[in-house]
Amino acid sequence: MKQYTNSGNKDTRSGFGAGLFEAGKENGNVVAMTADLIGSLKMEAFVEAFPERFVQCGIAEANMVGAAAGLAISGKIPFIGSFAEFVTGRVYDQIRQEVAYGNANVKICASHAGITLGEDGATHQTMEDIALMRALPGMVVINPCDYNQTKAATMAIAGYEGPVYLRFGRPGVPNFTSPDQKFEIGKAIMMNEGNDVTIFATGHLVWEALQACQMLEEEGISAEIIDIATIKPLDEEAVVASARKTGAVVCAEEHNMYGGLGELIAGVLALSCPTPVEYINGGDRFGQSGTPAELMKAYGLDAAHIAEAAKKAISRK
Amino acid sequence: MTRIEELRQVASQVRRDIVRMVTEAKSGHPGGSMSSADFLTALYFDVMKHDPATWTRDGKGSDVFILSAGHLTPVYYSLLARCGYFPVKELGTFRRFGSRLQGHPSVEHGLPGIFQTSGSLGQGLSAACGFAISKKMDKEENTVYVMMGDGECEEGQIWEAAMFAAHQGLDNLIAMVDWNGQQIDGKVDEVGGVGDLEAKWKAFGWTVISCDGHDFQQILDAFANAKGEKGNGKPVVILMKSDMGHGVDFMAGTHKWHGKAPSQEQCDEALAQLEETLGDY
Repeated sequence: MKQYTNSGNKDTRSGFGAGLFEAGKENGNVVAMTADLIGSLKMEAFVEAFPERFVQCGIAEANMVGAAAGLAISGKIPFIGSFAEFVTGRVYDQIRQEVAYGNANVKICASHAGITLGEDGATHQTMEDIALMRALPGMVVINPCDYNQTKAATMAIAGYEGPVYLRFGRPGVPNFTSPDQKFEIGKAIMMNEGNDVTIFATGHLVWEALQACQMLEEEGISAEIIDIATIKPLDEEAVVASARKTGAVVCAEEHNMYGGLGELIAGVLALSCPTPVEYINGGDRFGQSGTPAELMKAYGLDAAHIAEAAKKAISRK
Repeated sequence: MTRIEELRQVASQVRRDIVRMVTEAKSGHPGGSMSSADFLTALYFDVMKHDPATWTRDGKGSDVFILSAGHLTPVYYSLLARCGYFPVKELGTFRRFGSRLQGHPSVEHGLPGIFQTSGSLGQGLSAACGFAISKKMDKEENTVYVMMGDGECEEGQIWEAAMFAAHQGLDNLIAMVDWNGQQIDGKVDEVGGVGDLEAKWKAFGWTVISCDGHDFQQILDAFANAKGEKGNGKPVVILMKSDMGHGVDFMAGTHKWHGKAPSQEQCDEALAQLEETLGDY
């Protein structure tokens, strides 16, 4: 299989911070906003370099979304940053009315997404956000897998006209994609070509899928690994082509079982290429306190569970 | 003709439009449209710097108005049409399938003059703050206006935005509250209890001006005073004391006409009380 090297664990939110700074340097219309979370969102570099284009909104997320819409309509490109739960579930109606229906060029930047937020527990660990944002007409949903990809995605969305939901996380995780990559919105990324099963993974689970690929190879199973960095619009052509080739599919995501990547891909395949599909997700439950590694294991989101799911999918061919 | 007489004539025609639109659509919100008709007429026909011929949604180079109380489309659409944003005849399509005149303001259907969608209450002030910050970033002198209902001030987001606007020093922002004292379920004092609005806005760091929202001289003076506050680092709110359903006797002073269409007979009775000044659509 294709080898990937971890250049050192890094948090994806720092990739966002680095990308935001670059986007700010390239485009004078980029504005950053946060609801009292500069440090958590790693916005320091932007704030220091472009204080006149930074708006501190205080602990008032609903107002931040509306103000961002006003800035966007008047020609700015606002990036609003908070914890994933507080810029989705807490402000769903504001996003629906002001950003999505209002077709405002707002970039909703969500850190601490999923269960790997860890010790803070379920109040802060959203595993429903992809479903919420996917349901909105016109909303682009992006969930990059590591620091480098998050940085590239952040820079790419600055150049895209329209509402975007960008999801990333808190803990340090392997950084293994190219530092020079150019992020293409809406394009699935082939990580490893294989023949027996396809593992579609998104976010932190792409690295786990690559580890699972290694385990499967040792058992003589050839797995294709595809990074679904853009969940909406989904690269349906790539999904169907791979499923047609391998005839068995696993979908792996740090999200609950409803409305995320798994149901999305199963839905696409049901219409055009019925294929056995297995899900790796957080199930129908809330998170809890623990270290990211403990939680990933307990919720079945690690490489070992992905490898088992792959074998099960193959057995159903 | 005096300026005030001209405004009075426009407002009378706008009220005729409101009654006819809601009657023909068999739905819509006449009560608050009538209570806000006078000061919004003054805004669009005297106070605001805008040009329908060169309008763009980004509001660059002009004043901006956000209707936070998005259900008041009858008065809003009538004013936009009477100003020349789109043909007056199009008012006859209000709330119909395929119309640009959606039940609540939409930007998706391409009606000129609308900067932002609204209808889910309590959100327009935040959007107005965004426009105001943007104008300051661009060192543009123009003003951002926004109108809320008094019942709408029960929404928590209004107060998030009120705190934010003052903290950001948005002295290019003028908010209006249509202080008609009524909301869907009854009197504001009984249903939600927004209490002392003057004290509340003051406490949130705003300059507060109150006036009779049906007296054009007071309205023009209030806007002039509000504009005179520019440069002092504080946003301004004008509390427009008004009557729900103002202009038609059987609609006035009650919450019952918040979201109800008149019958044809009631429409005729209402129109008999409203002078046709600019020609019906």
